[in-house]
Amino acid sequence: MSRIGLTFASTSAEGRAALICFVTGGDPSPEATPAILDALVENGADLIELGLPFTDPMADGPAIQLANLRALAAGANTAKLLDIARDFRARHPDVPLVLMGYANTMLRRGAERFAEQAAEAGADGVICVDIPAEQDGVLGPALRAQDIAFIRLATPTTDAARLPAVLEGAGGFLYYVSVAGITGQQQAQQASIEDAVVRLKAATHLPIAVGFGVRTPDQAAAIGKVADGVVVGSAIIDAIAKAAAAGEDPAAAAGQVVAGLAAALRNTEKVPA
Amino acid sequence: MTLLNSLRQQPDAQGHFGDYGGRYVAETLMPLILELEREYRAAKADPAFKAEFDGLMTHYVGRPSPLYYAERLTETIRESAAPGMGAKVYLKREELNHTGAHKINNCIGQILLARRMGRTRIIAETGAGSHGVATATVCARFGLKCVVYMGAKDVERQQPNVFRMKLLGAEVIPVTSGAQTLKDALNEALRDWVANVDDTFYLIGTVAGPHPYPELVRDFQSVIGTEARSQMLEAEGKLPDLLVAAVGGGSNAIGLFHAFLDDPEVAMLGIEAAGHGLDKAHAASINGGTPGVLHGNRTYLLQDDDGQITEAHSISAGLDYPGIGPEHAWLHDIGRVTYGSVTDQEALDAFTHLTRVEGIIPALECAHALAAVPAKAREMTRDQIILVNLSGRGDKDMATVAASLGVTI
Repeated sequence: MSRIGLTFASTSAEGRAALICFVTGGDPSPEATPAILDALVENGADLIELGLPFTDPMADGPAIQLANLRALAAGANTAKLLDIARDFRARHPDVPLVLMGYANTMLRRGAERFAEQAAEAGADGVICVDIPAEQDGVLGPALRAQDIAFIRLATPTTDAARLPAVLEGAGGFLYYVSVAGITGQQQAQQASIEDAVVRLKAATHLPIAVGFGVRTPDQAAAIGKVADGVVVGSAIIDAIAKAAAAGEDPAAAAGQVVAGLAAALRNTEKVPA
Repeated sequence: MTLLNSLRQQPDAQGHFGDYGGRYVAETLMPLILELEREYRAAKADPAFKAEFDGLMTHYVGRPSPLYYAERLTETIRESAAPGMGAKVYLKREELNHTGAHKINNCIGQILLARRMGRTRIIAETGAGSHGVATATVCARFGLKCVVYMGAKDVERQQPNVFRMKLLGAEVIPVTSGAQTLKDALNEALRDWVANVDDTFYLIGTVAGPHPYPELVRDFQSVIGTEARSQMLEAEGKLPDLLVAAVGGGSNAIGLFHAFLDDPEVAMLGIEAAGHGLDKAHAASINGGTPGVLHGNRTYLLQDDDGQITEAHSISAGLDYPGIGPEHAWLHDIGRVTYGSVTDQEALDAFTHLTRVEGIIPALECAHALAAVPAKAREMTRDQIILVNLSGRGDKDMATVAASLGVTI
């Protein structure tokens, strides 16, 4: 079983949702990222999403847009992020690592080469915001040839007729974007999340992780009652930005946010579907 | 009738022009663009839609736009040409359209689609402001809410158009991210759309973005070439030898070119903005870029080795974009259209020249096309014809041109 599968099996056995933490790689600097990733894991993150910075992150809200610009200004690029991933894998042999970003930086070096390098760096999955199921051919086959899960997104606009197409070729887990919108903005109504998770569960055996707009331990706990995983990004990135601007340790700040989220999820028992 | 070897049958069902185009959008938007495609197919087959479109084109936009023989421009070129040389130069007068540019053609088509789909809120991006003004205009005409995203730098250099949009009732939102130009306005419009999927129609201004936008914008703009083709046959009894148009995203160029793509005797030249020069800051995606994925489609982009998008520069806000429509990328690769480039200074010189010899003040965008004309005309004989798309008028560019000429107004 893959690291992603093992992780969800283990959190499920504990009767709780997995905590999935996103940070933009290279923010505030490529040198600072390894310690931040370690802090996420040490404080209870079950799975790491490492954002590959891009100049034009059109699905992201202000927090992650600024994180991308800070990372690029500090010299981050895809090659450095793959190095960071490789070193992370050496330090944390069992923690699943997913690369998340946009099509252009992934395809720039060629899909095959990107997939090979990602596999060699120990990545378990890839999320590409702007490669929908219809464009799977440009990256999906290359990733699957390297046993890297191509993690798909489902959204409130993904209707029942379309869902099978989204699930075709999907791997790892299904990322449910709980609001139609950009990252880090408003939160979805709990009832609509619950309905969506039930609907998605009926269509796939993949674990369902819910993200977008999840900022607080209470929100995470509420979603953790029904979903297999909860994704938090902007709240961690805000803490990193604030600490970096104040000359404090961004890893410690990120760790503190994650500790609160992890405790909330560990105290929340999943309601069996 | 479908021509087997026609170049006018693109894109394929997935929105690909050869290796370019496609639908590279977030999943949230996928169902929306699929719905748009279905509605567009239905509208295309609906005689009532076509009748309403044609009626507005005639009575609201003022079509057909004239085909004009630029006699004095032709004479000035012939003065420096070899004996017997110097092609006749015709202008397709899109600047005489309502709102002063070709942009209105596409806006009429898309606003009718938006109404058909029951959308009540229209969003748009704009560079020079021509598309923003045209969008605000059709929104006023049909009583729909209008929000225009415009790079903060463009807001600064296109103040008259910003004021026009506001007069027309639009909300203009300056975009302060990135380079604060057209690219960033597009990002912000996409972010708005993804957050307002229920009531909002994204009225894209050029032949870029995810399928079906490059196709439908081209279709609405292709009235330019369809008219010009029959006007030229009437005026000269033959087709032009060369078409010239400026290319940013490429809507005025494809609008002129498309009707002629299957006429092998008609050569075509698209002119990109070379800014300060192709070895310096420029906006020439084909002449100085490489293929990649941005804003929903695969096409030529200005980017670095890591796939980060680099900032474009052009004196013309409407050409200041690091990409180009996917159909142009394909037409370049197959060699049907040649893509050249013109610098800021060359465009300014052409701007001034046309103003003085024809009494027509062109937009800085199409001044790029005009700048490429003399050299081409001098290589051609006097019985040959060049047709230039005069896509917009230059009133909006007064401040930019004055500053470049060192004049305070």
